[in-house]
Amino acid sequence: MAYCGHCGEAVDARDHARCAELLRMEPPRFCTQCRRRMVVQVTPAGWSVRCVEHGDLSG
Amino acid sequence: MTDVLQVARAHVLEQGLGLSEELLVEVLRLPDERIPELLELAHEVRMTWCGPEVEVEGIVSLKTGGCPEDCHFCSQSGQFQSPVRAVWLNIPELVEAAKETAKTGASEFCIVAAVRGPDQRLMDQVREGIKAIQAEVDINIACSLGMLTQAQVDEFVEMGVHRYNHNLEAAKSYFPQVVSTHSYEERWDTCLMVREAGMELCCGGLVGMGESIEQRAELAAQLAELRPHEVPLNFLNPRPGTPFGGQELMSSQDALRTIAAFRLAMPHTILRYAGGRELTLGDLGTREGLLGGVNAVIVGNYLTTLGRDANEDIDLLAELGMPIKELQKTL
Ligand code: SF4
Ligand SMILES: [Zn+2]
Ligand SMILES: [Zn+2]
Repeated sequence: MAYCGHCGEAVDARDHARCAELLRMEPPRFCTQCRRRMVVQVTPAGWSVRCVEHGDLSG
Repeated sequence: MTDVLQVARAHVLEQGLGLSEELLVEVLRLPDERIPELLELAHEVRMTWCGPEVEVEGIVSLKTGGCPEDCHFCSQSGQFQSPVRAVWLNIPELVEAAKETAKTGASEFCIVAAVRGPDQRLMDQVREGIKAIQAEVDINIACSLGMLTQAQVDEFVEMGVHRYNHNLEAAKSYFPQVVSTHSYEERWDTCLMVREAGMELCCGGLVGMGESIEQRAELAAQLAELRPHEVPLNFLNPRPGTPFGGQELMSSQDALRTIAAFRLAMPHTILRYAGGRELTLGDLGTREGLLGGVNAVIVGNYLTTLGRDANEDIDLLAELGMPIKELQKTL
């Protein structure tokens, strides 16, 4: 994991504790491998995200 | 000087009349130690004029992001550097979302799109989606697709949309600080058209956007004047990249005062917890709100953010002895 899924900044760049907290209440917006903004779908009972480069993830 | 809660008791609880804007300001200024008393009164008002039932709704975003408007709280505006990317849900996914919602016991399913108003593509997609849902799922369908023309209002009636959501978002005097791409009056006009056409009007707004106490009371009074069937109350969840991204979260005390004030402004309306309750009020807040005037919830996830697990809300309703409002088909 190189980038923060919430803010998109490098994981080592700063403290992401607040981001981690927020990620319990929203899906990740950035791919943690390449930092691209992902396509995010939220439905009543779940969510899915897709990076054009790195594919799907859901929760 | 008579106490505002005494006046509210005589006026709202006993006669079912909404509280005036001036008195709502007083309610919103009550000290913290009087909040329990205020919530109790709001709860009594709700039980007396609406009953114990709670309306449960699920929502889904048919078209996310890329909106041309600039509502300063919204992560779906295409005008800000928000991380939300534009995307459409397809019809099978939409039907699946309606099924997920129905499974919770919800009677309402709201289809939402981030647009100024529907274009032909969206109208066609919604028509097809509604047909597909009606064929497979027993649930009332609501829509929230922006500003409408009279012809579009008539089309939704004909499609069987029973409720339409269009929020005022903010008090008239604060609106220019929130949106520059359309006016308060344009929003008001769509709301009137919806109501006149016989659809149920769902119209609410957001608080915690930097408005004054007076403007919060003003919003409640302006909503009351519209006589909506339902009022969704949102607490600002400051979204990264939006102009309001740096706003502080509203305090839970202010949020509770607002809930109760809205109930006292509109004793007969369905008052729904919409976005931001988890963040602003925490886990306990849902309970306090349901015992303080709220009689409807959105279960499951929101449009771009996640809600509590639907089962937690359903269990809570059972614990509070509040039955879920059942589906009533108005044919
Ligand atoms: S019109 Fe709706 S989707 Fe568009 S920016 Fe305003 S609130 Fe967001
Ligand atoms: Zn981060
Ligand atoms: Zn990637």
